[in-house]
Amino acid sequence: MRRPATRTGQAWRRLRAYPSAVASLIILAGLGLLVVAAPLLEAMLALDAARVDLFNRLAPPGPVHWLGTDELGRDLLLRLLHGGRVSLLVGLSAALCTAVIGAVLGLVSGFVGGRVDDVIMRCADALISLPLLPLLIVLAAVDPAKLGLPEGVGNSASFSLYRIIAIIAIVGWPGVARLVRGTTLSLREREFVQVAHALGLGPARIMFRHILPNAASPLLVATTLAVGNVILFESVLSFLGLGIHPPVPSWGNMLNGAQELMHQAPLLAVWPGLLIFVTVIAFNLLGDGLQAALDPRAAAGSP
Amino acid sequence: MLRFLLARLGQSAIVLLAMSFATYVLLGLMPGDPIDLMFAADPDITSDDIARLKALHGLDQPLIDRYLAWLRNALAGEFGYSRLLNEPVLEVLAPRLGNSLLLMAVSLAIAVAIAVPAGIHAALRPGSWSDQAINLCCFAGVSIPPFWFALLLILLFAVVLGLLPAGGMGHEGDGVLERLRYMVLPVLTLSAAAVAGYTRHVRSAMIEVMREEYIRTARAKGVAERHVVRRHALRNALIPVVTIAALDVGGLFSGALITETMFGWLGMGKTIYDAVMGNDYNLALVGLLLATLVTLLANILADIAYAWLDPRITYRSRAHG
Repeated sequence: MRRPATRTGQAWRRLRAYPSAVASLIILAGLGLLVVAAPLLEAMLALDAARVDLFNRLAPPGPVHWLGTDELGRDLLLRLLHGGRVSLLVGLSAALCTAVIGAVLGLVSGFVGGRVDDVIMRCADALISLPLLPLLIVLAAVDPAKLGLPEGVGNSASFSLYRIIAIIAIVGWPGVARLVRGTTLSLREREFVQVAHALGLGPARIMFRHILPNAASPLLVATTLAVGNVILFESVLSFLGLGIHPPVPSWGNMLNGAQELMHQAPLLAVWPGLLIFVTVIAFNLLGDGLQAALDPRAAAGSP
Repeated sequence: MLRFLLARLGQSAIVLLAMSFATYVLLGLMPGDPIDLMFAADPDITSDDIARLKALHGLDQPLIDRYLAWLRNALAGEFGYSRLLNEPVLEVLAPRLGNSLLLMAVSLAIAVAIAVPAGIHAALRPGSWSDQAINLCCFAGVSIPPFWFALLLILLFAVVLGLLPAGGMGHEGDGVLERLRYMVLPVLTLSAAAVAGYTRHVRSAMIEVMREEYIRTARAKGVAERHVVRRHALRNALIPVVTIAALDVGGLFSGALITETMFGWLGMGKTIYDAVMGNDYNLALVGLLLATLVTLLANILADIAYAWLDPRITYRSRAHG
């Protein structure tokens, strides 16, 4: 029995025509599974990812430590998996925050128009034209205590996680906002929106129930591509010591000490970077494939 | 055009002003303040001294007054001293801006020199194996963490092969060739992402242009394919590419920050990073503003280049977009 061809079903069938996108999806699913199952693996191997063992520093790969140990004698494989949890979590949630902020601002900007549109779009232009990383560094260096946050909150392990999600969302929304604004502008004068107006529906209902669903495809593509970019930014900031703070591992901060140890333990510098690279390229290829599958006209130029 | 330029300059000035205020506030929120740091360095200081010092430097004033005072001085050309280096910030920053621009310009030139032929090659054979290989390389180039790429380059060329220095900028009295050796790895790092980005833009712009009517007309007239590509297609395809390259200066600054930090290249990016990490507020503030100014100017240049390359565009009435 054939199921009726829904829009999602059609898109899925078209996506399967892009082997790189399908491969990326499989890799990401596998990586997600591994990362989620990290505590399970930890129990199975009877190891503790956070256990420091100074007598067993920089051990080579072996039957107990499958990928060897790091500069503090911790199991490298488990730290990579735990770091992956953090990096993927930050990537997904910051990209989602970016999408939500961008979608709301883009909708309002395109729908309301006039002064509001002017202000939002000028802000977006300004943000896009700034040197992003130097700005992120200044944002990341802000002292939480001076923001009026209690001492305990600023020093807690999860704070650096929330902070990096927040600062990426603050600077990341303009791209999504422009995209959604463009869709909104092209739909604003269409009949179904006029009818909704005539039926007396409120602007919020029209924006979110009638216009936003039509922007779902480009939004999904933009969010997928954003996840890759966020993971890159997180890794750079963590590497520079301004993102996720140790002892919480992330792929970025695991590379932090690797530069000094490069002569002794080059593999320590290879693994986390390789995982970032594979994850980011998978998200980018998936986004590209999704774009081609969801919007065949716009993607006619790309293979 | 002149009116448009003035409007753009005005806009940029507003952005710069807003940026200076935001950065001033943010830097005030960073850990510690200059007097605390002085205090930490000198155990004999009393709390009266601290109050006196804070009053002397105006740190007991409200934030907005301090900012306005800073702004007045800045507009008069007084940008203050760097705490770490004990030199006027402009004297610190001027040569470093030069170093950054050198690194960025060389990387940009190399990126364009590779991206244009690669993009054209791919665009003329869409779907072929070489197109797909180029496409995959582009994805790799934009996805590789730049600092990790730098680490791998150092590992290969400096540690394993021992061919190139792992960092630094050379010494006084080194010849040009010796100096160039220090530039190879930073330039490779910085241009990798740019090559990937530009190649994709050249490719899609070329594919777009090759579908145009005038290309068919040129071919129908019997113009040789080589000329169709070079004279007719490339010229038009380069218009968006030039704009994107000029708009990308902000991204190049971000890349330069990573590259300079990795290789100990004394440029703006490393200076801003070191200043932020070392609580050198003045240096960080002026450095960030200088980087912003250069980026904004590059954006205006992009608009001018766009108008100059494409005679159809006039800036008499600008549409939103």
